[in-house]
Amino acid sequence: MTRAGTAYLVAAGLLSFTSLACRGSETDDAGTAAPDGSSGRAGGTVLVAAAASLTDVIADLADAFEAVEPDVRIEASLGGSSSLVVAIEEGAPVDVFASANEEVMDRLVDDGLASDPIVFATNELVLAVPSGAAGGEVTSIDDVGRDDLFIGACASQVPCGAYTDDLLSRAGVDAAFDTRDGDVRAVVTKLVEGELDAGFVYRSDVAAFDDELDVIELSDDLRVVARYPVAALAEAPNRDGATAFVEFLTTDAAREVLDAAGFGAP
Amino acid sequence: MTSPDHTRSSGRFRAGARRERPPAVLLVLAGLGSLLFFLPLVGLLGRVPWSDFIDLLGDEIVTEALRISLVTSLTAAALATVLGVPLAWVLSRVDFRGSSLVRAVVTLPMVLPPVVGGAALLFALGRRGVVGEWIDGATGFVFPFTIWGVILANTFVAMPFLVITVEGALNSVDRRHERAAASLGASQLTVFRRVTLPMIAPSLKAGVVLAWARAFGEFGATVTFAGNLEGRTQTLPLAIFVSLDADRDAAIVMSVLMVAVSVVVLVALRGRWWNRNPVTA
Repeated sequence: MTRAGTAYLVAAGLLSFTSLACRGSETDDAGTAAPDGSSGRAGGTVLVAAAASLTDVIADLADAFEAVEPDVRIEASLGGSSSLVVAIEEGAPVDVFASANEEVMDRLVDDGLASDPIVFATNELVLAVPSGAAGGEVTSIDDVGRDDLFIGACASQVPCGAYTDDLLSRAGVDAAFDTRDGDVRAVVTKLVEGELDAGFVYRSDVAAFDDELDVIELSDDLRVVARYPVAALAEAPNRDGATAFVEFLTTDAAREVLDAAGFGAP
Repeated sequence: MTSPDHTRSSGRFRAGARRERPPAVLLVLAGLGSLLFFLPLVGLLGRVPWSDFIDLLGDEIVTEALRISLVTSLTAAALATVLGVPLAWVLSRVDFRGSSLVRAVVTLPMVLPPVVGGAALLFALGRRGVVGEWIDGATGFVFPFTIWGVILANTFVAMPFLVITVEGALNSVDRRHERAAASLGASQLTVFRRVTLPMIAPSLKAGVVLAWARAFGEFGATVTFAGNLEGRTQTLPLAIFVSLDADRDAAIVMSVLMVAVSVVVLVALRGRWWNRNPVTA
């Protein structure tokens, strides 16, 4: 359990770091579509800024895409949707933005930085607990109000936190939070390590840590579904590659990968 | 690019020395170097919503985060001093096997990404951590999600700066004064307190300031180890991070507040400490 957590942290750190590093050296050829005249119209590298909750699935999606479009390389930069938007607004050379939140995407569309977003996946906010001996304290939504337990969620300012607030107000529960983290992965880490007794995360996060986390099923009226829009960005350095990847996300091949990772169909 | 403070101190150092024009190549490189720091500051100040500045500063999120930041960073600096000075002394004065290993491990937080440092703290001192589980069982106390978790994370990342600075000073002081005191019958502890500490005072103060500054700006280890809750563990850097997207004006105002507090502290201490004759302190 501990090892998985460390490995994840190190991997996440390296992934976001290397993706940006690689990007720096490859920006030059990214804009030129298939200069070598090979099969596809798209080539070069596509930098995808993806919501933190897509961390595990994005690599699989990239592999599936690269199998279809061998001339294109996908690099992913992962973070909170809202932080990614800030980076895009400040001119980061991103090609595709996959958000965990439609509002944030709409902001980009309004500013003319993205157009025609497509919802390619959905996710669900769940109440997760450490499985096995570490868990067991929280059995219903009412338990998150207990002061003697450690309860976590995302900060209200980020999508998963806003969804949490929505769910709690509908449940009429006043949660005794011990942490409101800046992104969902920070909550997942603390759950996997058993530091939290329960936390609000996405169903896909639980799918990624199948052995370590369990879901406390909630009633249907408390369902909060997150929709994931994706769009090629107006200022994309690799416009063709960006369009090709966005189109790929609506194919059956992509659907299969998303299903396996716990993401629902739009 | 010279501030009045610099002009004054350099004037003081060069009092009586022959006036000579500094080499152009050094001036150009120094100018470029300082640009790296001035440009982001100018960029930040350019975004400040001055009309709402006071209102945003008075926001409870901001005042609470400032309070927690000051309390935790100052406590961490104090802890780093109390534990770090003896550690530096042992590393410098006591010959023991594995001292270079200890030195390497002590400075690890300087190279480790803070988030990884925070995770390592969780594995050791979290509720299910090797030591943390035992502490929880014995006392019921748990570090994560408390202000002590923030202080511990801050101390972890900040103390190496103090240890390195102080050890460097201990290695370079003239040992004859210590030997003289010892030969007159002073115990090792007395020599340390009455002779060594006064001699390294300027470096010690520099180390304390460095440690404080590092703790004040700490983000990664804190968010991983102690979490982020308004009024309990949310320091200014954490508050800035979560507001950066939803309320950028507030985030910028808090960033400026951090810059202001740091500049005031660093300039005040610099004026007070660095310009004095070190040995008579």
